[in-house]
Amino acid sequence: MTTTAGPPGAQPPAVPEAQRTAAPQGEPAGGRVRRLLRAVPPIWLVLAAVIFLIAWRNPTFVEPAPFLAFLRRCAPLAVLAAGQVFVIIAGEFDLSVGALVTAVVVVAARLSDGDAAHTWWLIPLLLAAGALVGLVNGLVTTRLRVPSFIATLGMLLVLGGAVFLWSGGAPRGSLADNFRQFGRFGVELPGLGQLPYAVLILLAVGVALWLLLSHSRFGHQVYAAGGNPRAAALSGVDVRRVRTAAFVISGLSAVVAGILLGGFTGVTAEAGAGYEFQAIAAVVLGGAVLGGGRGSVGASVAGALTLQSVFTLLNLLGLAKSLRDAVQGLIIIGAAAYAAHRLRRSG
Amino acid sequence: MTADPRPPDPVVLGMHGISKRFFGVTVLDDVRLECRAGEIHAVMGENGAGKSTLMKILVGVHQPDAGRIELNGAPVRFHHPRQALAAGVSIVHQELNLLPQRTVAENIFLGREPRRRFGVDRAAMDQAATRLLAALGAEDVISPRSLVGRLPVARQQLVEIAKALSFDPRVLVLDEPTAALSPHEVAALFDRIRRLRADGLTVLYISHRLREVFDLTDRITVLKDGRRVDTVETSEVDTRRLVHLMVGRELDHYYPPRAAPERIGPVRLAVRSAGAGLLHDVDLDLRAGEIVGLAGLAGSGRTELARLLFGATRMTAGRLTIDGRASRLRSPRHAIRRGIGLLTEDRKSEGLVLQRSVRDNTLLAARSLGRGAARRVALADLLGRVRLRGGADREVRYLSGGNQQKVVLARWLATGARVLIFDEPTRGIDVGAKASIHELMRELADAGAAILMISSELPEVIGMADRIVVLRQGTVAGELPAGATEAEIMLLATGEPDRAGAAAGASREGGTA
Amino acid sequence: MIADTMPGRLRPLGLGRDSGTASSAPVWLVFGGVFAVAWLLVELNGGQFMTVDNLQNMAVRSVALGLVAVGQTIVLIGGSLDLSVAYLVSVTAVGASFVMQGDPDRMVLGVVVTLAIGALIGLVNGLVITGLRVNAFIATLGTSLVMSGVLNALFTNFTGSVPRQFQALGYNALGPVPVAVILLLAVVALAWYVLRHTRFGYHLYAVGGNAEVARLSGVRTDRTVVLAHVLCSLTAVLTGLFLVSRLRSGAPWVGPDGGYDLESIAAAVVGGTALAGGRGAVAGTLAGVLILAVIDQVFNEFEVNAFLKTLIRGVIIVGAVALYALRRRDEGSF
Repeated sequence: MTTTAGPPGAQPPAVPEAQRTAAPQGEPAGGRVRRLLRAVPPIWLVLAAVIFLIAWRNPTFVEPAPFLAFLRRCAPLAVLAAGQVFVIIAGEFDLSVGALVTAVVVVAARLSDGDAAHTWWLIPLLLAAGALVGLVNGLVTTRLRVPSFIATLGMLLVLGGAVFLWSGGAPRGSLADNFRQFGRFGVELPGLGQLPYAVLILLAVGVALWLLLSHSRFGHQVYAAGGNPRAAALSGVDVRRVRTAAFVISGLSAVVAGILLGGFTGVTAEAGAGYEFQAIAAVVLGGAVLGGGRGSVGASVAGALTLQSVFTLLNLLGLAKSLRDAVQGLIIIGAAAYAAHRLRRSG
Repeated sequence: MTADPRPPDPVVLGMHGISKRFFGVTVLDDVRLECRAGEIHAVMGENGAGKSTLMKILVGVHQPDAGRIELNGAPVRFHHPRQALAAGVSIVHQELNLLPQRTVAENIFLGREPRRRFGVDRAAMDQAATRLLAALGAEDVISPRSLVGRLPVARQQLVEIAKALSFDPRVLVLDEPTAALSPHEVAALFDRIRRLRADGLTVLYISHRLREVFDLTDRITVLKDGRRVDTVETSEVDTRRLVHLMVGRELDHYYPPRAAPERIGPVRLAVRSAGAGLLHDVDLDLRAGEIVGLAGLAGSGRTELARLLFGATRMTAGRLTIDGRASRLRSPRHAIRRGIGLLTEDRKSEGLVLQRSVRDNTLLAARSLGRGAARRVALADLLGRVRLRGGADREVRYLSGGNQQKVVLARWLATGARVLIFDEPTRGIDVGAKASIHELMRELADAGAAILMISSELPEVIGMADRIVVLRQGTVAGELPAGATEAEIMLLATGEPDRAGAAAGASREGGTA
Repeated sequence: MIADTMPGRLRPLGLGRDSGTASSAPVWLVFGGVFAVAWLLVELNGGQFMTVDNLQNMAVRSVALGLVAVGQTIVLIGGSLDLSVAYLVSVTAVGASFVMQGDPDRMVLGVVVTLAIGALIGLVNGLVITGLRVNAFIATLGTSLVMSGVLNALFTNFTGSVPRQFQALGYNALGPVPVAVILLLAVVALAWYVLRHTRFGYHLYAVGGNAEVARLSGVRTDRTVVLAHVLCSLTAVLTGLFLVSRLRSGAPWVGPDGGYDLESIAAAVVGGTALAGGRGAVAGTLAGVLILAVIDQVFNEFEVNAFLKTLIRGVIIVGAVALYALRRRDEGSF
């Protein structure tokens, strides 16, 4: 379809998978459905199945208000996953995002101490700090050649230590209402209830990062840098710079996630605990492969939504909250095994 | 002439009707090979003739699509190299298969470490390693306890051979074993191989070097384009006959016509007294419209020169000018901006991002150049120019070698490169696709590109080049006009007035270590 | 890489052992330096550093991390890694005190049960990694989550207790040397022997260094990785037993609170073990653990804020690895 003329920069590459599969005319309907199913990343089907199960047990779940509330709960993790996938595709890890989320909440509370007047400068400041954290992660990984696992682990410790050292041990202060509104409130829609800001932000961040990864030159370079760094370097890709930029994106997405999370959890020292692993789990659920070269923003967001919806389902089924972890563990092993199996089969 | 008047020694190894295809390309077609007990049997052929694939099938790395293998008359099937080793078939691969961070003895006995009551008997292992090394005359220069990674490549090669011998094989395959050895080491190795033959070992010797084959072997099987041409007694052929069998000149490959002198334009890229690493005092001019062939033995610095001209290694001495202006290439990125493109020798590990599409691989360099560069490029037009058919959404790993090379070529067309460096452009590409790559190269030159073509296949250099530059020991040994003979090139490459035997020696494979 | 067949760097050959496994000496030198500086600082501050109490304290503190770091070193050398050790420590601590219930007669049972659980977890980790080809990071993260879920569902607080006799492991000493330190040294010596003098050890370095070369040489690579994971899990069980002997009773949070997953990897890496596999030694890991313990002790002496300690720890870990990376680049062995 796309080998026809036209400037490739403006072409929509990978996107219209659904369109492409729908294109062949006069095919029997069954074949078309099968092709369509094959073109959709499997994680969306899994997500649909889980949501169907939830709706079957609890039909109100798919009504607008509860469903939007569910999406709001998913938003921080989904944003984190959308950032983390850049780092994973580039062939690295970012373990520091959980600590960064915590730092955002604690720092915001201490600096503003509930004063709404501070919010307007606080958010740019936090974003800048997140970018800086990503930059340091990237530079330590690419320039000092410290494996990213260790580099971001070090960042996790440094951030955790520094933030609490500065705040004197326990989180102090509180978040201003206009800061918390992003995670808490939304715009009123007539007849539908409240459309949470968090969902809008997730949508905006998701679309922006998707455009960046799938439709920009930079995105292609991320895939190349993770897929074959030597070939990429010999084609003029500045692999170190691309990887560093991936860390910066992950840092920025962690700040956004922190702001959203601060809105509904409040100020605790545990705000971001475990989020680094959940984000990586979501990305792996979305079909990305640790080691680089594969993955997508959409599927990673779907992975995050699936993870959360599975938790919701377990709640509904009356399973102990702590068993969530166990199920999550089995799911990510299964997803990774499935991805490995598929890769091997396709040669 | 294969008829043998004497009652031959019993056949130890028989390979019959072996065929193999990779991704739709026939690599071996109905190949037969028979080796007798206690003979040294050469397998010869040009690059891509199928020698290495045949050997990999023999030792269980690949499985044949058709055909059978017999050892001492009994049919065998090896699904894993371990099975071949157990059956008495050892191989020393062209690429080194050693662990650089382990010692010599640990490498030799990996997987079969001698044990005593508690754990590995290191002393016994070291002694056994020393004995094996002594058999190769290398016990004085290689300690069983030195780290392999700290040995020079030539000695690592000896460790590989010692490892192969440690399996006490009946059939030993040596795939290009002398590539990195000095004459003294080669002589010592040959002595050892002859002694092994005296003990009844059958040696399969893969080489391009005619002189070695005449010195060492008893019989020769010649492969060409995946088929067996003939099996001959070494004593019954001369150099000319053998070269004829290997190259088969009458089936000459068609090369596009050379550039007319008036089409050759100004100098695009030039270096003077350039040096870096083993390169020194290199002078070279690349002109618009001209294809310069770069020849030289393995280790002469061909690939190093390519990387230097592409900014992948820094020039430590000398000057470089692009279109007459002095320039310092700091990185490939920088070189690409200046209009240079490199088609690497190893497409899979250095050329392509295999799991990405044709489109993404084609536009990779243009996209990394900077704002707007990718936008000006029409993908369909590019793929049309390199005559690559099929969708642009296919992942490149599913493409044949020839089509993969076209993708890399399209990449440099996309950046508008005007200086193109081809490092072994047709390695691993089948005959049909070869001609089309050659035609494309000539078209590009006619359109004003300056092309440097590195090749270890002398017929390709002679057939394609408007001018031939020969490297020897890191510097330019001389320059020859179009139509020079293989002997003339070899004379420059080796620096010694050699017998005609050198001719095919020149077409030895490049020096990837 | 593309270099034509040029000889590598020439070095004098055959002068004594120079195996890649023996390069822990620099780490011990660093440890000596850190120790001397710590001593000096504390004495200048008017404190006493070289007291039996102080040294015992440091040694005991090294035991918990040291035991599991030895196991982590083993899997890292094999090119894998284990994030599940922290929860396995918890499972062991809770399991041992639950089984023993303060009854001295059930001590052996408790130890056997927890070791069996450990071996099983290691087996699962190894099989998921080699059989299903799941990345070790994901596989062990997954089993870690499974353990945490099951553990937290069954137990919410301190459960059961270990008998007084069992606490000897945590508190008694033979002369000036605590029992636990003897245990650590025994485990280190055993691991050293296994890595250095058994076929398994040889094969482990080979698999971590280049799995394909190992496979072509006839090494059963999968089996080697599985065994490495079993051994690693067993060391995590030992850490859990030691902790529960100190605490008297196990709780689900003892493992994750100690951060044994990431800390054990950090200690191994500070000790010179390569994350990429094929390179490392338990002696280096032990030095890495001791360096971290001495620094901790100094912080305590100066009453440094706990958060500052965490921060400095992060910097030390990254700095150490950066130095290794620099050294390897200079060696050109990459």
